[in-house]
Amino acid sequence: MNAPADYAIETRNLEKAFGSKVAVRNLSLQVPRGTIFGFLGPNGAGKSTSIKMLLGLVKPTGGQAYVLGAPVGDVEVRRRIGFLPEDFRFYDWLTVTELLQLHGRLCGMTAAKLRERVPAVIELVGLTAHSDRRLRGFSKGMLQRIGLAQALVHEPDLVFLDEPTSGLDPMGRRMVRDILRAERDRGATVFLNSHLLSEIEVTCDQVVFIKEGEVVASHDLRARSEDDLRVVAHARNVSDEAVLGLEPWSTSAHFESGQLTFTVRSRSVLPDVMRHLVASGADIFAFTPERVPLEELFMKIMGEDRGL
Amino acid sequence: MNGIWTMAGVTFKEAARRRILWTALIAGVLLLAIFAVALRLQVLEFESRAMSPFVRYQVESGMLMVGLYTCDLLAVVMTILTSIDTLAGEISSGTIQAIATKPVARWQIFAGKFLGFTGMVTAYVILTFSGTVAVAYWVTGVVPEHPVRGVALIVFECLLALSVTFLLGTRFGTLTNGVLALGLQGVAFMGGWLEQVSGFSQSAHIVTLGIVSSLIMPTESLWRRAAYEMQTPLAGSLSFSPFANVSIPSAPALAYAGVFLVIVLSVGTWQFNRRDL
Repeated sequence: MNAPADYAIETRNLEKAFGSKVAVRNLSLQVPRGTIFGFLGPNGAGKSTSIKMLLGLVKPTGGQAYVLGAPVGDVEVRRRIGFLPEDFRFYDWLTVTELLQLHGRLCGMTAAKLRERVPAVIELVGLTAHSDRRLRGFSKGMLQRIGLAQALVHEPDLVFLDEPTSGLDPMGRRMVRDILRAERDRGATVFLNSHLLSEIEVTCDQVVFIKEGEVVASHDLRARSEDDLRVVAHARNVSDEAVLGLEPWSTSAHFESGQLTFTVRSRSVLPDVMRHLVASGADIFAFTPERVPLEELFMKIMGEDRGL
Repeated sequence: MNGIWTMAGVTFKEAARRRILWTALIAGVLLLAIFAVALRLQVLEFESRAMSPFVRYQVESGMLMVGLYTCDLLAVVMTILTSIDTLAGEISSGTIQAIATKPVARWQIFAGKFLGFTGMVTAYVILTFSGTVAVAYWVTGVVPEHPVRGVALIVFECLLALSVTFLLGTRFGTLTNGVLALGLQGVAFMGGWLEQVSGFSQSAHIVTLGIVSSLIMPTESLWRRAAYEMQTPLAGSLSFSPFANVSIPSAPALAYAGVFLVIVLSVGTWQFNRRDL
């Protein structure tokens, strides 16, 4: 595999085993540049280990991975990478400004650049009023904001965020969402690991689902407004034949107490479905196509929770 | 290289902001006060009976060595206690993750932290050492023979202890690291005494045991060399104590300590470089 320049992240059969326990197996990912990429999976699916491998914190035991065209573990490419760890902790005796200056210096930023960038990024995460306070005593949400500022201070091309909104209030989440979109618009790629599916749904362009260390599904959320529609129709006089007759468009149709529910793969088939139903003699009062919520998709893909 | 200095700077600051450093400094000041009072009492006692200046000088020099030995012990223990957490704690809390993902190689993080502590430990040793020497000079007028060699050897000794806590910190948690590092210091202490005994005992086994202990952890032999450099020539040939020496660590023993430092730091760097964080 050549070092690919067109993907921010590309992995092939990436694997990590801790002794006999395999945390990640055959992870093959292609993350296009300039997208917000969601990385989903249940607890213990290997998400954090995967992120750590991409960042060079954990050494893979098999496969290949390239980040911004450089093999993982490359030190120089990290100048262009930002990372917010899941549980961001740092020297709590530093002030917000000192902490960001330290991170900026570690990223090789000049003093002049730091003077300009540090106050800007503190403002971005809404901590200007606290910029000279020490981290000791900050709430989880505030630490997460600082962690996000630390990940963005050097204007990276690729940002890894591990659960960036878990400690935030709704306003904080909204802020993170806006920041991530701004990062994408700037041309950066965002790799997002989150359990909050509703957040992923409104923020991400693409998602992959991983389970037991392998990618089990991948979805383009931008295109999803077109496909995977669930239709709920309030109807009367729907015969069994009419339901069976939906098969060319949908295999999941069922009619129960005046409500016909089915999913279709594309919006374009809806007029045909409608005509079929009317022709079969059904009376239709309401016909509402809606997106299948990501959560439902997640449950369907992951199957029942059989415990960890 | 920029990464090393940034890490060294923040580590130095961190060590300086730890309460234990200030506790150790206060302990150092208290010991100095006790030391000054003891010296003064001795001087008064000497003045009350006409003591030969020669004997008086030897006793006062001996007391200076007691003061310096206390400094040395305090410095080694302080070095171990302040540094056991720097790698082990940051690895277990995950703090290291935000640093190790920066464009700074792992060996630079290791080296930077080591340099930061080196600065802190050196400053501490120079402060307490010169305090002790100044008090002794002020009360009695005695000075150590080769104070610069002495202080350099004590700093060297602390760096050996530091390298051991760094190496252990790449592998073990904070508490295990502390227990092992202090245990090794105990082995070094035992080795020093056994080698001293060897000056009197005819048992070759005791000599071997002492040497082996000093090879496992050569910190105490550096102190004994420092004591040898600082004491009056006569004191060395007369007394039997940790502050004066019957068996003087040779040049090869010092070279061994240097090799020990390099090897421990190299293995520590290698181990830190390869481990998952």
